[in-house]
Amino acid sequence: MVTLRVNGEERQADVPPDMPLLWVLRDVIGLTGTKFGCGIAQCGACTVHIDGQPIRSCQMPVSAVGDRAVTTIEAIGQTPEGAKVQQAWLAVDVVQCGYCQSGQIMSAAALLARTPNPTDRDIDTAMAGNICRCGTYVRIREAIKQAATGQPQGLQVIVDGSAA
Amino acid sequence: MNARIRGGHGVDEGRRGALKLAGGGLAVAFLWTAGLGPAFAQMNPRRQPTDEAAAVADGNPPFAPNAFIRIDADGSVRLVMPSAEMGQAIYTGISMMLAEELGVGLDQIKVEHSIPSDALYGIALLGGGQITGGSTSTRGQWQSLREAGAVAREMLIAAAAAQWQVEAASCSVSRATITHVPSGRTLGFGAVAEAAGKLPQPATVTLKDPKNFTVIGKPLRRVDSPDKVNGGTQFGIDVKVPGMKYAAVRTSPELAGTLGSVGDTKARAIPGVVDVIKLDNAVAVVGEHYWAAQRGLDALEIEWRHGVNEHLDTATLVAALQESSRNGPALVGRKPKGEAAAGGKAVEMTFVTPMLAHAPMEPLNATVHVTPGKCEIWTGTQVPTRVQKEAARICGIPLEAVTVNNQYLGGGFGRRLETDQVEQAVAFAKQVSYPLKVIWSREEDIRHDRVRPLYFDRISATLGDDGKPTSWKHRITSGTVLGRWLPAALGKDGMDSDAIESAADLPYEMDNVLVEWVYHVMPPGLVVGWWRGVGPTHNLFIVESFIDHLAQTAGKDPLAYRRSLMKPGSRPLGVLNLAAEKIGWGSQPLPARVGRGIAVASPFGSHVCAIVEVEVTAQGVVRLRRAVVAVDVGIAINPSSIQAQVQGGLLFGLSAAMFNGITLKDGMIEQSNFHDYRSLRINETPAIEVFTVNSGESPGGLGEVGTAIAAPALANAIFAATSVRLTELPVTRTSLAESAEALKHVVDIGTGKGDIA
Repeated sequence: MVTLRVNGEERQADVPPDMPLLWVLRDVIGLTGTKFGCGIAQCGACTVHIDGQPIRSCQMPVSAVGDRAVTTIEAIGQTPEGAKVQQAWLAVDVVQCGYCQSGQIMSAAALLARTPNPTDRDIDTAMAGNICRCGTYVRIREAIKQAATGQPQGLQVIVDGSAA
Repeated sequence: MNARIRGGHGVDEGRRGALKLAGGGLAVAFLWTAGLGPAFAQMNPRRQPTDEAAAVADGNPPFAPNAFIRIDADGSVRLVMPSAEMGQAIYTGISMMLAEELGVGLDQIKVEHSIPSDALYGIALLGGGQITGGSTSTRGQWQSLREAGAVAREMLIAAAAAQWQVEAASCSVSRATITHVPSGRTLGFGAVAEAAGKLPQPATVTLKDPKNFTVIGKPLRRVDSPDKVNGGTQFGIDVKVPGMKYAAVRTSPELAGTLGSVGDTKARAIPGVVDVIKLDNAVAVVGEHYWAAQRGLDALEIEWRHGVNEHLDTATLVAALQESSRNGPALVGRKPKGEAAAGGKAVEMTFVTPMLAHAPMEPLNATVHVTPGKCEIWTGTQVPTRVQKEAARICGIPLEAVTVNNQYLGGGFGRRLETDQVEQAVAFAKQVSYPLKVIWSREEDIRHDRVRPLYFDRISATLGDDGKPTSWKHRITSGTVLGRWLPAALGKDGMDSDAIESAADLPYEMDNVLVEWVYHVMPPGLVVGWWRGVGPTHNLFIVESFIDHLAQTAGKDPLAYRRSLMKPGSRPLGVLNLAAEKIGWGSQPLPARVGRGIAVASPFGSHVCAIVEVEVTAQGVVRLRRAVVAVDVGIAINPSSIQAQVQGGLLFGLSAAMFNGITLKDGMIEQSNFHDYRSLRINETPAIEVFTVNSGESPGGLGEVGTAIAAPALANAIFAATSVRLTELPVTRTSLAESAEALKHVVDIGTGKGDIA
């Protein structure tokens, strides 16, 4: 039996110690916002935070987590950076298929937590581990800058309710 | 075709004209109606007999005037999505088309996946099937969905007018509220939903004049964004069914190989492993969770049996295509008009373009529960009715006994136009009593993709004294996607119209053009499939690389040369001029080993020009510096989506051109995951500016336009930077290095096969 601290709650799981955190989250605890993309830490879709640090949960044995705090996309909006990133993602309307976006947002929130005003190079470095096959990278850059500065970047989508 | 699409109901002249434009006037190959029978199901803006069941399944709302709109007594507006959402923002586009005429804001609606039904949701442009592909969703539904919204609006107004005992013409609709203008009285949709549901359907409705649009044309936020930023969106892989177990699968790595013996003692000893099940060519391990299933799969001792492809490799395949190109019977896709002038300078090139995998971010998966006489499926698919049909066939049950619950797709790119993975999941699930979620690993996904075809092209031209082509010959050799996927859509002579799209219909004014296609039969098991951009993605690399080469041969600037061949005032010339102006073509000298490449074309009923700027280092590494794209997609439904689709589509095409090629050895696909089937990353992404020409024409296709134009713009930019003309993809660094010495000073960064000198 493994005890985990996930999104502020204690969760127990009867799983093998070498089982990757990804599958414990998805198939045992039932938090499916964290995604499986490659299984070899190449795509970043499975990114979660452990004590605020972004890690690839497909490569993290659940036994290595210990009592550190696990944060997933479902709760990242409760952190100041996570909330800012999600708001900017909506303002710039980053998502396409959306499958990689949990991982993108987790990486972006971690970047802003350690580097509140990232340069283009900081953004490229922090986000290079997250693949998006839809190619939302241009808007990801804009959204991270918007989250950091509070200033509108790129095309701003209209709030839906004002039309019609 | 127009006669077939027209319903028996009142249709205004504007609609008729637009249909002609969308379906009739262009040599657009993906419009497959030509080879099909005289009548087929297609969307209707009014209620159909088959909508009864769909509405009942939707909670039988009091107002369900057609297959797309449901209004409940509490006034909630639910819109049913005929297409699949795989990132292209079609749920938003569909909602906007319906909402514009219905009179609601996008913040006032909820969207629903549709049930599988060709009768209700078939796309006429694709032969009447409920298919999301070929960039047809917007252009194929532009008329019928707006009309569906208008039908609903007129009925709601009629119900309110009857209650007030006033003229319907004195009422207006906005934000789900009907207003009697003279008195200012209002009624919400919910208040009249039941009465409206009992009224006859209007035979004729008038659609809004585009100048009065309040929703269409605005850069609205996607309807699916909020859930996609908080992990709340349910993709197929996220489905939870009570009692469900998980399966990890291995299919014969040799294409068309079969399963021999399986030693499963070790696998069954792993905690959490539930079952080991087999098919002729595959084996699955079932677990309480996917990790147990994967571990079990790795612990199997599998003996595979060779099939016909034991010795198949890429070089053999390319040689076979070249042989077919030389000797095979050629079908003519475009005949020359008149005789070419004698003499002139002859120019010829040959090209090889590789097989490509789709690699959507969400690995292929399907959850299937087979019970006596029934089958229920949860999956994200571009072809829900095909999924239903195949499941019925495999289970030996009637179509109605198969329930398909479509989901959000974590990318499609054409891969989810296939049903192979779902078919396999059904065949496995048939062997067990519990619901089974079958997930392909990324390795299975790449090794068993239904790949974009391998092509061999021979293209030649004769240039007159003015440098312009006096003749043009293009012979394409490939397998056929259309011939396998929808054989009835092949031409009478067997022509695959997809194979020649954007090769036969050139934006250049030339009379003496011969375009031919030679069908090469691919080895069994090497199944070719639709890949984002389909035929044009391949053909535009050839055609636009060759035009660039002709400009160089003629000693002309690539922009000026193209302009000289295009009809003044034409839409492709419009996007060419806009892109050139925006990037400042020729206005300033570029640094050494930096170059800009142009590509222009009219694929999918739209018009696009991309100009890509690259730097090629002395070591041959290509850096994407900047891209400017101009598009004319006709009326813009959502400018935000247009920008996003063009940016993303371009990157998808650039990614493939820079890095990707599926290769075969010993009958097996050699690539397996993102380490050897690379995808462009953010640090490799250029700034991309997108500009639109507002032509006011009916909407064209969009989802594949950026992808189709990417590779030639890149190749032409690389030529401008290095004077190396690429005739094969992906880009290989070795061919672009300044010298062998320079090449030694860089470590391999995995820019594709053949990189390591």
